[in-house]
Parts: sequence; structure tokens; C-alpha cells
Amino acid sequence: MKVLVPVKRVIDYNVKVKVKADGSGVDLANVKMSMNPFDEIAVEEAIRLKESGVATEVVVVSIGEKKSTDTLRSAMAMGADRAILITTDQGVDIEPLAVAKLLKAVIDEEAPELVIAGKQAIDNDMNATGQMLAALLGWGQATFASELKVEDGAAVVTREVDGGLQTISVKLPAIVTADLRLNEPRYASLPNIMKAKKKPLEEKSADDFGVDITARHTIVTTEEPGTRQAGIMVGSVDELIAKLKEGGLV
Amino acid sequence: MAVLCLADVSDGALALDATSKAITASTKLGDVTVLVCGPQAAADAAAKIAGVNKVLCADDAAYAHGLAENIAALIVGLADDFTHITAPSTTTAKNVLPRVAALLDVMVLPDVIEVIDADTFKRPIYAGNAVQTVKTTDAVKVITFRTSTFDLAADGGSAAVEATSGAGDAGLSSYVSDEVATSDRPELTSAGVVVSGGRGVGSEEDFALIEKLADKLGGAVGASRAAVDSGYAANDMQVGQTGKVVAPDLYVAIGISGAIQHLAGMKDSKVIVAINKDEEAPIFQVADFGLKADLFQAVPELIEKL
Ligand SMILES: Cc1cc2nc3c(=O)[nH]c(=O)nc-3n(C[C@H](O)[C@H](O)[C@H](O)COP(=O)(O)OP(=O)(O)OC[C@H]3O[C@@H](n4cnc5c(N)ncnc54)[C@H](O)[C@@H]3O)c2cc1C
Ligand SMILES: Nc1ncnc2c1ncn2[C@@H]1O[C@H](COP(=O)(O)O)[C@@H](O)[C@H]1O
Repeated sequence: MKVLVPVKRVIDYNVKVKVKADGSGVDLANVKMSMNPFDEIAVEEAIRLKESGVATEVVVVSIGEKKSTDTLRSAMAMGADRAILITTDQGVDIEPLAVAKLLKAVIDEEAPELVIAGKQAIDNDMNATGQMLAALLGWGQATFASELKVEDGAAVVTREVDGGLQTISVKLPAIVTADLRLNEPRYASLPNIMKAKKKPLEEKSADDFGVDITARHTIVTTEEPGTRQAGIMVGSVDELIAKLKEGGLV
Repeated sequence: MAVLCLADVSDGALALDATSKAITASTKLGDVTVLVCGPQAAADAAAKIAGVNKVLCADDAAYAHGLAENIAALIVGLADDFTHITAPSTTTAKNVLPRVAALLDVMVLPDVIEVIDADTFKRPIYAGNAVQTVKTTDAVKVITFRTSTFDLAADGGSAAVEATSGAGDAGLSSYVSDEVATSDRPELTSAGVVVSGGRGVGSEEDFALIEKLADKLGGAVGASRAAVDSGYAANDMQVGQTGKVVAPDLYVAIGISGAIQHLAGMKDSKVIVAINKDEEAPIFQVADFGLKADLFQAVPELIEKL
């Protein structure tokens, strides 16, 4: 069984972003970039499926600027077998619908039986691509997975939902999206980082696919969120209770 | 303008709080029809919300467990009559609405916090560190509303309830089981008081301290990701960028450092209290009242004196 994992290069989760003063967006110049944390989890899950003999090959795909090569190499250093990079015009964050259309085109060629995506990219916080891709392919979907078992042509997935956990069974081929507790991704070892440099990485351009990726959203402005008034430190539990009483909170 | 708002139904009952807030947001866009995938009683409850014009009730086992493939197909079948398709930002809607959008060949607008006009909306990005104003060119707008930023709708509505149906089971996925957390405490996303514990609490046993304080304050219990990952608290208690977003009157963060991903889920609370033994902890930067203390001393004292 072939498993395909879409991975996105995003701002590192430790970086606190700055909004540009002119409202044109956030400042990404000289900012540390990394693989989207949910995608690391997705890659890890795919590799574990391969290690346990369920999967035969793990293919990673990224859509973005040329620098996404780094992200794909990181995924291959973790253990993915090969990579596909689809380059787009620099600096434009393509929308989940367009990403899903490009991924569908790749999937039509690659014919994986399982796609594991991240639940959400931590830059645009969309939480949409996996669901959209499933729709375009007409496949079943199991989002926000905290447990995945592949058995009898189906993915049995435990999902993190508002009320607790839900388990569903989805016929393969299917899309699964990874939540935080699916696994703990491994660190790539130095030898594996070296080996990853020699693994195959195929490069394509979004134009090769004849897919319309025109943005549907126009970003009017990007602003700082409202900031909070500076608070105070209290010296004791008694003082805290007094403050809460003053505010009518207890 | 005509809006189709997908109600949140959990375990056959209308999730009133989330649905009502999404209706408040939806009424800013046009006449609201609510779609209830559940039994008649849930639809009747939705009909009582003020501002609702009509309720469509799809009472079919295929729609009972929030399965995205079935519900998305049902919505797409109804979509022709509407300019906007909306829902509260619950895990069910986040699962279903992007699928609906792709089937209609439109984008989705997740977690909208403000309606500017019929095609312009504000939404947070980068864990709430930036807010985007987005204008969409799509013919049908598919939107989830972040409930913590909208008020409850009044009750006193008397909308007509009509049965509706779609193709039923698409045969792609099936429900196996639920592990639902039950609690007598108020619901996390609608509680007036939330007491959350983090890694600093140290163990599942000691997490009882957090629960005790929550009970004393009549509040809900929340947790940081670290507390959930460590098994001190259940996943549905996680507050943050990728967990639940809350905005209670009082939020008490105990043994939580205040990572941006956690702040994303609680920084719109009216009053924030932080108890942490590290005075450098970033949580103090957003706290109205900070107490530098060992939680194992401060929390029992607080429980006793309240
Ligand atoms: C993709 C992604 C998504 C994420 N989503 C979320 C999310 O939705 N929600 C979320 O919360 N996190 C999220 N995180 C994790 C986040 O980055 C932090 O790791 C997490 O919030 C830390 O939890 P914490 O504050 O409990 O633990 P820590 O950062 O370890 O802080 C523990 C705190 O407890 C204090 N402490 C220890 N002992 C005591 C004591 N005896 N008395 C008083 N204080 C004490 C310490 O001083 C410290 O400040 C996410 C991370 C990633 C990468
Ligand atoms: N540009 C991209 N390239 C590859 N994968 C992507 C891209 N954008 C989104 N994805 C995948 O879709 C998931 C959800 O992203 P989003 O819908 O943007 O929140 C991510 O975790 C990735 O797995």
C-alpha cells in the first residue's frame, strides 16, 4: 500500500509573528521556517505504517516555493521514500482549495491508497485541505485522528472531537488528517539526514497540471489583534481573592 | 440573502449554545434557515431560537453521527437556495464544511470572528497573532463562526419545521463508537468561569485540585496541551490554537506557561488570573492578576478561602 503525505513549509511554531505596519501581511523575512508540526505527525504515522509492514512506500508532496525542498528533505530524513515538489509563484500562499486540486492531480497519477495530511497548517489556520481533497476525490475522510489502524481495506480511526473521542471506519482509499496525539514524531538522525539528500525528489510546476489555482479570497488587510491592558501581580492568595471580589467575579 | 446554518447536534440533542451563537452571526447576512441533522425534538429546539425563519430536519441514521460524506452531500443538495452556508466552528462543522465548499468549488472561511458585509469577514491567523480581513469572490460563501465572539440569540422564535432528506448513506464511512466525556460541570466553551491546569500540575491525581477549584467557582475545567499529552486531562479539555477557544468572564491558568498556542484559545477572556511559580512565565503578560506561587500551596488555600 502506498501512502501519500502532503507537507507544508510554515513559520516555525516557536516564532511569534509580527504584523507588517502597512497591513499588507505578516513579516516572514529572516524568520525560521519548519515543517508544519501536524505534517511531521502525519509523516511519522506513515513511516510507522511502513515499518509495521502495512505500507510499502511513503511519498511526500509539498506545494510552495522552491525552499519547500528543505521540508521535503526533512520528511525523507525521517524516513519517507521520495518526494514531489510543486512550485508556485513565490510569496503567494495558495489556498486549501487550490492545494487540494493540485494534490488531486498528483494522486490521480500516484494512486495511493491512503493519504495522511496534517489537520491544520499553523500559518493560515484553515483546517480544510484534507476535507477538500477527500471531496474532490470522492473518498471518505477521517479528520483529527488520534489513532489509526488499517485493517480489511479500511482505516479505523479514533478522532478527537468536541465531546471526547469518536471512532469511525473509512473505506480505503481514504484521507486521514493527523491531530496532536496521533504519535510523537521522531528526530532524524545525522546519517538519515545525509541519506535523504540522495533520495529522489521530483520537481514540477503548478502550471504543469492545468489546474486553476486563482485565489478566491482577497486579503483586504492584516492587522494586529487587540492587545490586553497590562495587569498587576498580587502578593498573596488573600489579595487575589480581594481583587476578584472587587470585580464581582467571586 | 439567504443563509443555511448547520446546527450542531450532539448525541441527538441540539447543542444550543454553539448553534445559537452561529445564528446570531448568520442573521447579519440574511434570512436564516437552520439545518438540523437529528430528531424532531432537536429541530423543535432550533425553531425556538429568535431570528430563525425555517428549520429543516434531516432525521436519518445516515446523518446521526456527523459523518462528513453524508452530511456534506445533503447540504450540497440544498445549496442552490442559499447565498451563505454557515455553522458554528465545532469539530463537526470543521469536518463537514470544507467538504461542502470543495464540492461547490468554493473556498471556505473558517473561524470567522466578525462579519463586515455579505462577502467580507475577519478571521484570525497564526494562532490569533494576526487578524485578516478577507473578501471572497465566491458565489456561495461557506463559513464557520468562532462562537466565543458572538452573543447568544434570544429565544422566543417560532419557525416552521420541515422534514428534508438527501441521498442518505454514501457508504464511504461508518460510525463505530463514541467515548464521550460526561461531566456535571458547565460546558467549556460556554462557561462563565474556566479553570485550566498545565504541565505544572504534575499528575492526573493532582489535577483533582484544578477540578476542585473549578467546582468552587462553578466553572468548567480546561487544560493545556502538555496536560492533555501527559494524560492529566482529556483531549476535549484542551484550550488553544488547535483545541477549544474560550472567552469566559474569568479564566484561571494554573501551572501553564502561556505558549502562543495556548494564548490563542483564551486571550479574549474578560479577566485572566495566572498562578505560576516562575515570574518570567509569559502567561503573566496577559494576566490581569498574576500570583507568583507554588500551585500546591496557593490552590488549596484559594479553595479553602473562597
Ligand atoms: C502544532 C501545535 C499546536 C499546539 N496547540 C496547543 C493548544 O491548542 N493548546 C495548548 O495549550 N498548547 C498547544 N501547543 C503546545 C504549546 O506550544 C505548549 O507546549 C503548551 O501549551 C505548554 O503547556 P504548559 O504551559 O502546560 O507546559 P509548560 O510550558 O511546561 O509550562 C508549565 C508551567 O508550569 C509552571 N509550574 C511548574 N510547577 C509549578 C508549581 N508547582 N506551581 C506553579 N507553577 C508551576 C512552570 O513554571 C511552567 O511555566 C501546541 C503546539 C504545537 C506545536
Ligand atoms: N502548500 C501545501 N503543500 C503541501 N501540503 C499542504 C499545503 N497546504 C496544506 N497542506 C496539507 O493540508 C494540511 C491542512 O492545511 P490547511 O487546510 O491549510 O490548514 C496540512 O497540514 C498539510 O498536510
